[in-house]
Amino acid sequence: MLQNILLAADPAESVDFMIHGIFSYQLFGQEVWITTSHVCLLIVVLVLCAFFIIGGNVFRHAKTTPSGFQNFLELIVEFLDGMVDKTMGKKGNGFKDYIGTIFIFILFSNISGLFGLRPPTADYGVTLPLGLITFTLIHVNAFRYNSIKAVWADKCSPLPPWLPLWMPINLISDIAVPISLSLRLFANVLSGTVMMALVYGLLQKVAYGWPAVLHVYFDLFSGAIQTYVFCMLTMTYISNAMGGEENA
Amino acid sequence: MGEFNQAFIYGCSAIGAGLAVIAGIGPGVGQGIAAGYGASAVGRNPGAKGDITSTMLLGQAVAETTGLYGLLVAMLLLFVKPFKLTM
Repeated sequence: MLQNILLAADPAESVDFMIHGIFSYQLFGQEVWITTSHVCLLIVVLVLCAFFIIGGNVFRHAKTTPSGFQNFLELIVEFLDGMVDKTMGKKGNGFKDYIGTIFIFILFSNISGLFGLRPPTADYGVTLPLGLITFTLIHVNAFRYNSIKAVWADKCSPLPPWLPLWMPINLISDIAVPISLSLRLFANVLSGTVMMALVYGLLQKVAYGWPAVLHVYFDLFSGAIQTYVFCMLTMTYISNAMGGEENA
Repeated sequence: MGEFNQAFIYGCSAIGAGLAVIAGIGPGVGQGIAAGYGASAVGRNPGAKGDITSTMLLGQAVAETTGLYGLLVAMLLLFVKPFKLTM
C-alpha cells in the first residue's frame, strides 16, 4: 500500500497540464474558446503594462545619479541594448526596441510558471506568432537592404543565378526558420510545465518545499536560456538577411 | 481485424512515445561535446569567457531542437491521441 501513500489515488485525474476552455462564443459560425492561456497571457501583459508605466514615470523624473528602481531599470536597458549591439553591431540600432520588448515578454511568460500560472509560451498559439514576426522581419529587411537581384541570387545561392535549381531547397529552409524557432520555445517551456505537473500531480502528498529546486531549473534557468536563445537567433537571422556588401 | 480495439491502439501509441524520446540521446551527446569544448576553450583563453559561454549556449540550444521534436511526437502520441479506430 506504499503506492497509495506516496502516489495520488488516480494519476489520470490529478496530472493536469492541459489548456482548459473557460467559455465559448460564436464567431462567423465557428465555435471559439477563451482558454486559460488567454487569461494567463492577459495577466502577463497587464503586469508588464504596469511595469512599463511605472518605469516610464521613473524615467520622466530621472535623476543624474540614479538610485533604487531607476538603477534597476538602467541595468535592464543597458543589458538589452548591449546584447543587440554585440550581435548586430551598427545594423541593430533600429531593432533595440523590438528585441528588448520580446525579451522581456518571453522572459516574463516563461517565469510566470513560478507564480502558479500556466506559462503562456507553453501554448503553440503564442509562440507561432512570435516566430512569424521574426520571419516577416527577416524577409522585409532582406528586401529593404538588398536589391531584388541580390535576393534572387541568394535564393539560388550554391548555383549561379540563371539556374534556379537549388531554389526549392532554399525556400524550404526559409520556411523552416519560424517553425523551428517557435517549436523550440514551445517544447522547452511545455516540457518544464509537464515535468512540474507530473511532480505535483503524482507526488501530491510529498511534494512540499523541495519542488522549489525544480522550479528554479525548469522555470528560471530554462526559461531565461530559451528567451536568450530566441532573441539571439532572431537577431542573427535578421542581420544575416540584411547582409553586408559582400554577402548579399 | 476484429481483435484490434482502441486499447490496443493506445498501448501501441505508448510504446511509440517511448521510442520517440530515444531521440534525446543525440542532443545529450552533442550538448556534452559542446560543453566540453567550451570548457577547454575557457581554459585556454579565460578572458573570452563571456563570448564562449554565449556561443556555447546558442549552439546547444540549436542542437537541442531535434530532441525536442522527439519529445513533441511523444506528447502528441500520448495526449492528443491522433490514432482513432475508424470502423
